Amino acid sequence: MNIQLAQGAPGARILAFGHYQPENIVTNDDLAARGVDTNDEWIRSRVGIAERRIALDNESMVDLAVSAGDKALAASGLTAGDIDLVIVATCTAESQVPNASATVAFRLGIKAPGAYDVNAACAGFAYALSAASDAIRAGSAKNVLVIGSEKFSPWIDWTDRTTCIIFADGAGAAVVTGSDVPAIGPVVWGSDGENADKIMVQDRNSFLHQDGQAVFRWATTALHPVALEACRRAGIDPSELAAFVPHQANLRIIRGIAKKLNAPNAVIAEDIVNAGNTSAASIPLALSRMIERGDVPSGGMALIIGFGAGLTYAAQVIQIP
Amino acid sequence: MAEVSEQTILAGLGEIVEEIVGVPAADVTPEKNFIDDLDIDSLSMVEIAVAAQDKFEVEIPDDELKNLRTVQDVIDYVQGLAAKA
Repeated sequence: MNIQLAQGAPGARILAFGHYQPENIVTNDDLAARGVDTNDEWIRSRVGIAERRIALDNESMVDLAVSAGDKALAASGLTAGDIDLVIVATCTAESQVPNASATVAFRLGIKAPGAYDVNAACAGFAYALSAASDAIRAGSAKNVLVIGSEKFSPWIDWTDRTTCIIFADGAGAAVVTGSDVPAIGPVVWGSDGENADKIMVQDRNSFLHQDGQAVFRWATTALHPVALEACRRAGIDPSELAAFVPHQANLRIIRGIAKKLNAPNAVIAEDIVNAGNTSAASIPLALSRMIERGDVPSGGMALIIGFGAGLTYAAQVIQIP
Repeated sequence: MAEVSEQTILAGLGEIVEEIVGVPAADVTPEKNFIDDLDIDSLSMVEIAVAAQDKFEVEIPDDELKNLRTVQDVIDYVQGLAAKA
């Protein structure tokens, strides 16, 4: 007697992206006016951010996720009834119990899907996308809604200029389905728990703390080999990339990795300028906005790489829907 | 690592600073303070330290960066480690 296995799809692809940002815009001048010891020039030169979106008290991380998921679903051509797995990547859940994804699914009218949350911090979307692709290929799911959603604002000390100028709120989502031709490449991922204290919230009563110099050094020295390896495993040369969408951590990190990647034909995502660092949401948020503006070609190859607290990182090549 | 002359370190550091922050190498003289005189911020100092590590084959950890205020500080630090090696 043997256990039967499910029959999965040969590959997986992203049907559509969607995103949502809170309406409330906070500029650098707004932060300075609140008494933070900083100014517009200082913030732009250090992290490259001009403005960020901050959710109001009546808008939760789950609300952001629902809004982004709804848009991705509408753009995908599928209906709620087609989705059989929902994965929410977040590290800013309001509550540990229950998870966000079951509630998000319910509010989107998705009936009884598999539903779980992923916490890989700013790498969360890339982890969740890999899980979605694997579930489809293994036959565990047919159509997956993957959402990166963060409401960082409650976890920020709004007098700490090493964090409050950087982190922001937002959500991005993707609908993933089976495909005869693979359109999501192998993930290259890893972690470094020895440096867990470099980005952390100590306990439920603490704010986010970040050792900016240490993170900057790690991000500008350790990640371009991961990005190159993701290209190599997908069989895509960096010169063939139409887009490079790294986690929107800091404009100087983005440009630093991009320079070492050497992808001359790729549009480099610099969504951080107007969106801030939205952690697990930043990659789908950036890519969704780039697609909406027509900055990147449908069918082109995009390299994504998420990285952040843990430390964790993950990268893969995807085909732009 | 064998002895490295002050001139070698100064020239190498000048190249690194010019490459990373665009300050002419000739302006990188021993008495210059990175922050006050060369207008280099903490993140650029990390990039300079990483490049200097590769060039001079020494470890420059983040904890050490706050002690490296002037060009001369870096020269002394690199020479000190090279002497121990």
